Amino acid sequence: MIIDYGMGNLTSVQRALEEAGAACFISDLPHDIKEASSIVLPGVGAFKEGMANLRSSGMADAILEAAKDNVPILGICLGMQLLATNGDEGGGESGLNLIPGTIREMKAQPGERIPHIGWNEINQCGEHPMYEGIKDLTDFYFVHSFHFDNTGDHTVTKTPYAGGFSSSVAHGNIWGTQFHPEKSSKAGLKLLENFINIPFTV
Amino acid sequence: MLKTRVIPTLLWKRPGLVKGIGFDSWRRVGTVLPAIKVYNMRDVDELILVDINAYSEGIEPDYEEIAEFTQESFVPMTVGGGVTEVDHFKKLLRVGADKVALNSVIYDKPQLISEAANRFGKQCVVASVDYTKNSSGIYQCCSHSGSKLKDHHPVEWAKELEALGAGEILLTSVDKDGTMEGYDYDLTKQVTEAVSIPVIASGGAGSYEHMAKVVNDSGAAAVAAASIFHFTEQTPLKAKEHMAQQGIPVRLLK
Repeated sequence: MIIDYGMGNLTSVQRALEEAGAACFISDLPHDIKEASSIVLPGVGAFKEGMANLRSSGMADAILEAAKDNVPILGICLGMQLLATNGDEGGGESGLNLIPGTIREMKAQPGERIPHIGWNEINQCGEHPMYEGIKDLTDFYFVHSFHFDNTGDHTVTKTPYAGGFSSSVAHGNIWGTQFHPEKSSKAGLKLLENFINIPFTV
Repeated sequence: MLKTRVIPTLLWKRPGLVKGIGFDSWRRVGTVLPAIKVYNMRDVDELILVDINAYSEGIEPDYEEIAEFTQESFVPMTVGGGVTEVDHFKKLLRVGADKVALNSVIYDKPQLISEAANRFGKQCVVASVDYTKNSSGIYQCCSHSGSKLKDHHPVEWAKELEALGAGEILLTSVDKDGTMEGYDYDLTKQVTEAVSIPVIASGGAGSYEHMAKVVNDSGAAAVAAASIFHFTEQTPLKAKEHMAQQGIPVRLLK
């Protein structure tokens, strides 16, 4: 199930998941989550508004419930950031706290420009099912000005920009990518396929 | 390392795609969907799709049709034309645009940039700046597909747009557009030095060397091009191979 909380490029995500072999639907109804064998939290936008929408719709609680049941969850871009403990954007706001960390504004190093827009590589921190069949240093598509700042425990890949940041994170069945797999061509579709294939165990 | 993008621009003038010279003398160059499919098959870095008449005709973006286009694209798409409200912005993102380009509307409604940046994040707000150099050598912006001259200077305007919250500047020289004689290296450099957000150079690409030059000499973060891909045998991939030889980081297919 793809979560509709008014912030996403929903149809692109749906189309890419279908291309990767998933049967999926878009819903803004929290009780639909109970029917879902896995959940995708997409998102383009600001942290504060994203969290506000998730809370007011009852989606936030439904997602936390699903996480307790070990339902696989994939957060993409803003959706990944909302998995964090809190976000600095717009004066600070707490997140879903499914993966420890804080969302902070990126600081450009000499010669760099923010937002970080375009294709950049991932450096794998170790083997992870997220990258099964995907070579280290593969390029993915990024478009963001904030990043997931964590202690590194849950970092799956890092990307060398703005001093280096966590470009994907995971905590059990909860995965997050700062880049857009749905817009990262073949490698992105492969990553989505890997997500679909996480074994679902209650 | 962040790669320099090569971005085909698709100018959409219903029912199909067009390409002109100096924003005029439009030639039909096929239809949108097959072009998007081919560019996806070739795994381009990104696509820009602009509905060049929507704003002048006062119509909203055609979301249904755009959804059909974006559904065939597994690479990012920037969509522009006809956006006048923050709500249009939201609808475009929803139907699959990754970024939204604003142009004519922002001369009258600059706050639309800030509103969209606050709601959706600056990273998806592309401020498109078209400009020309008049007979006295003065740079002037222009709106309505190049047909209306503005008093704004492109460098000053780009700075203002960045301050308002734009995440990227799509900078197009109307004079160079379609000529395939090369980008406006000088003005592009002035803009990239004036702002700290990425600048996409557009207008005038006729060879791979033009693309490498506007990156190396003018600091462009990405190059957009149309005629070179419509009317010659040159391709985005070959462009990147050439750029790689010039020391520019690009995404080459492995």
